[in-house]
Amino acid sequence: MSEMKFDLIVVGGGPGGYVAAIRASQLGLRTALVEKAQLGGVCLNWGCIPTKALLRSADVLRLIGSAGSFGIEVGPARPDLKAIVKRSRDVAAQLHRGVSGLMKKHRVQVFNGHARLDGPQRLKVSGEQGELSLNAPHIILATGARARVLPGMEPDGKHFWSYRQALVPDSVPKRLVIIGGGAIGIEFASFYHALGAQVSVVEMAERILPVEDHEVSAHVAQALVRDGIRLYTGCALQGSKVEQGAVQLRLEGNSNETLQADVVLVAAGIVGNVEELGLEGTGVKVQHTHVLVDEFCRTGEPGVYAIGDLAGAPWLAHKASHEAVICVEKIAGQNPHPLDPRSVPACTYSHPQVASVGYTEAQARSAGKTLKVGKFPFAANGKAIAMGATEGFVKVVFDADSGELLGAHMVGEEVTEMIQGYTIARGLETTEAELIESILPHPTMSEAMHEAVLAAYERALHC
Amino acid sequence: MAKLLHMPEVSANATHAAIQNWTLKEGDTISAGDCIAEIETEKALVELAAEEDAVLGKILVEPGREVEVGAPIGVLFARGETDVDIAALLAKAGALAAANEPVVDDAPVLQPRAEVTPAIDAHSGRIFASPLARRLAAAKGLDLASLKGSGPNGRIVKRDVEAVAVAAAVAAPTPVSTVDFDEIPHSSMRKTIARRLVESKATVPHFYLDVECRMEPLLALREQVNRTAARKISINDFIVKAAAVALQQVPAMNVTWTETALRRYHQADVCVAVSTESGLITPVVRNADSKALSQISAQVAELAGRARDGRLRPEEYQGGSFTISNLGMFGVEQFSAIINPPHAAILAVGATQQKPVVENGELKVGAVLRCTLSVDHRAVDGALAAQWLAVFKGLMENPLGMLI
Ligand SMILES: Cc1cc2nc3c(=O)[nH]c(=O)nc-3n(C[C@H](O)[C@H](O)[C@H](O)COP(=O)(O)OP(=O)(O)OC[C@H]3O[C@@H](n4cnc5c(N)ncnc54)[C@H](O)[C@@H]3O)c2cc1C
Repeated sequence: MSEMKFDLIVVGGGPGGYVAAIRASQLGLRTALVEKAQLGGVCLNWGCIPTKALLRSADVLRLIGSAGSFGIEVGPARPDLKAIVKRSRDVAAQLHRGVSGLMKKHRVQVFNGHARLDGPQRLKVSGEQGELSLNAPHIILATGARARVLPGMEPDGKHFWSYRQALVPDSVPKRLVIIGGGAIGIEFASFYHALGAQVSVVEMAERILPVEDHEVSAHVAQALVRDGIRLYTGCALQGSKVEQGAVQLRLEGNSNETLQADVVLVAAGIVGNVEELGLEGTGVKVQHTHVLVDEFCRTGEPGVYAIGDLAGAPWLAHKASHEAVICVEKIAGQNPHPLDPRSVPACTYSHPQVASVGYTEAQARSAGKTLKVGKFPFAANGKAIAMGATEGFVKVVFDADSGELLGAHMVGEEVTEMIQGYTIARGLETTEAELIESILPHPTMSEAMHEAVLAAYERALHC
Repeated sequence: MAKLLHMPEVSANATHAAIQNWTLKEGDTISAGDCIAEIETEKALVELAAEEDAVLGKILVEPGREVEVGAPIGVLFARGETDVDIAALLAKAGALAAANEPVVDDAPVLQPRAEVTPAIDAHSGRIFASPLARRLAAAKGLDLASLKGSGPNGRIVKRDVEAVAVAAAVAAPTPVSTVDFDEIPHSSMRKTIARRLVESKATVPHFYLDVECRMEPLLALREQVNRTAARKISINDFIVKAAAVALQQVPAMNVTWTETALRRYHQADVCVAVSTESGLITPVVRNADSKALSQISAQVAELAGRARDGRLRPEEYQGGSFTISNLGMFGVEQFSAIINPPHAAILAVGATQQKPVVENGELKVGAVLRCTLSVDHRAVDGALAAQWLAVFKGLMENPLGMLI
């Protein structure tokens, strides 16, 4: 068996792994990447990107449905599910090819196969062409995560789906029950509702989007219910059985109903891909299916690092990519700063959209801070009214003593494109003073971001 | 009879020095004039030569440790001597030394917090700090200039203020910081540079004059000269020469300030700043106005070479009234330098650059050199410095003038 030597090897080609490989190559390291399925990982192939393509189709359908309110007469719009899914797969395929191109451009040697640790500084790769041994002083594990499977609800493509099946449906289920009211569950709820399914969401916590600010959860819940989506929060699953081609789901908690479903989509969290990695007997520590790491992604085993979904929450592609950069720069002897989890923005591309960064109001209060909180509704924003996009609001949380922007929370159209303004403000450590002095273009929906800051200091102009 | 070897006073005003390197080992025989050790002073490496024949009996101070001038550093045995009571010898010396204990405590010039590099732009004095860091520092009564920035390019951010605040609160001896760093102890040379530059910037009232010289004639002349010259003449050699000639033509500029009198020099000694691994040093080219360009070129190269090896003698870097600091080779267009005391002026020279120039109302591309003169206002007034700069510019633009 031949052995090849590198400076650094990355296991997994998702947004954690491929970014690590590019950065390493930029810093002059001889780099290899091992991927057992598709470059781009969950994010490009089965996550962020294909879901956004589907949701875009839902947006277009919804917009056409409201054409009359813009003075446009159209006939009834009819979704073509096959074409919608094909578009989503084409988008994913295009980006997948893009990542292959990037690997070539940055001279990263890509190996197809399953990699596992095989003694210090060594990886064994088993692929279609047989086995291969790779050697490097630094090995970054970026094997990601997969959907959690609930006992008795193993995905069968018929009655039980994970997000994988939900991304490539043959037909729109008549009655869809989604287990899990987090970002992924709520995005699929929006999509399938727009396509005509009768959607119910079951969430164990007392509210949907439980990691978001209370007001955000409440607003989104209200909007979904208004559209006709049923929400069962504070409910645990008691049991399920398939009877006459339908699934019976018994709930317990705030509701004790039994729900009827043609399809159940399980979106109840994820588990890290820690198996068959050769971690046994090494210093790598695993807790609740995730690898424990320090602030520079070092595991308990010298020369072995873990990033992205494998290394724990928040399970977001941009967090994976940022950790990749930090980890590699540290290896290359640079002085990167540890990732500040409070500066990682989080977005949900449901209808309405949600975007946030930093402390929620409740978190800030329980951290013992004195707050200045400001809120501004899009209903009072000129551009939003002109666009017919008055749903939602912007909320900001400041530390009253220092003027630090602790957090920002937004609901509404395209807020996922706007949150970066607050992310940069947090990164640059601006206080309310600089934000108040900033001039935002008129008319834009982003003016609401300025007004929310003004509102926190009791000087909003249009509200 | 055995004798103690003492740390000599290798340069004026130095109270401390360190052995860089023992060139002999214990037991080696020494003839008068042999080099026993190399001593690192504030500015250079100096050889410690034996005054008489002896044997290096015992080394008392390991290399790198700084000791007071006059402190025993070794024991010399007479040749053939073996049975020496070193302890008794030292005890005797100790008794003597105690009697002459200096009363003045020569505390380090730089306060401990000086090991913190402030995120300050040397030119504008602007402190790079985030708005939040500024506000937190103000609230905690911390001076931003005393903080070390850990953000991009040394920007002071929230965590830096908090780290110092925490450190101050628990009065921890080591600064609390999340950033990795190495501490490199200051060499005596580094300490001297720091002390002198702080002194200069804090006590010498600087003012700055900026001038642009058209370089075509000089570049042409240089090319002509270099076609035949045995050693290549650099632009900097011309600048040294031009500055010296200008000092002779404007003698009121060839001065240094002392508390009681203005000292006016008869000869034009120009110092050239040389950057070495351990810091900056300014060897002097004496009588540069009357030296040929080839002589200046050879001398600067020779002095710079030895400066980099730390082997300049004190008289080779002391004196002069004027310094030239050239960062042109790094592509710097323009900068202003801190005066090198006791000098009255320093000329900061940038790179010759192709730039748009207006000539007889027409736009053209010209070769332009920017020079900035920093002047000690106590010794020289603005008009005088401007006059000198005009002469200097004239010489640079009509370089034949400095050769005749
Ligand atoms: C439906 C859905 C929607 C999402 N939407 C968003 C969103 O909008 N925004 C967002 O930021 N995040 C989103 N995410 C999360 C995002 O996809 C993940 O956070 C991201 O993909 C994590 O990147 P990663 O590099 O850690 O792992 P992954 O992307 O999971 O990549 C891991 C790769 O490693 C490979 N691999 C695993 N084991 C081995 C092995 N032993 N040898 C070789 N290769 C191996 C896998 O095949 C995979 O390609 C979504 C996730 C899902 C499921």
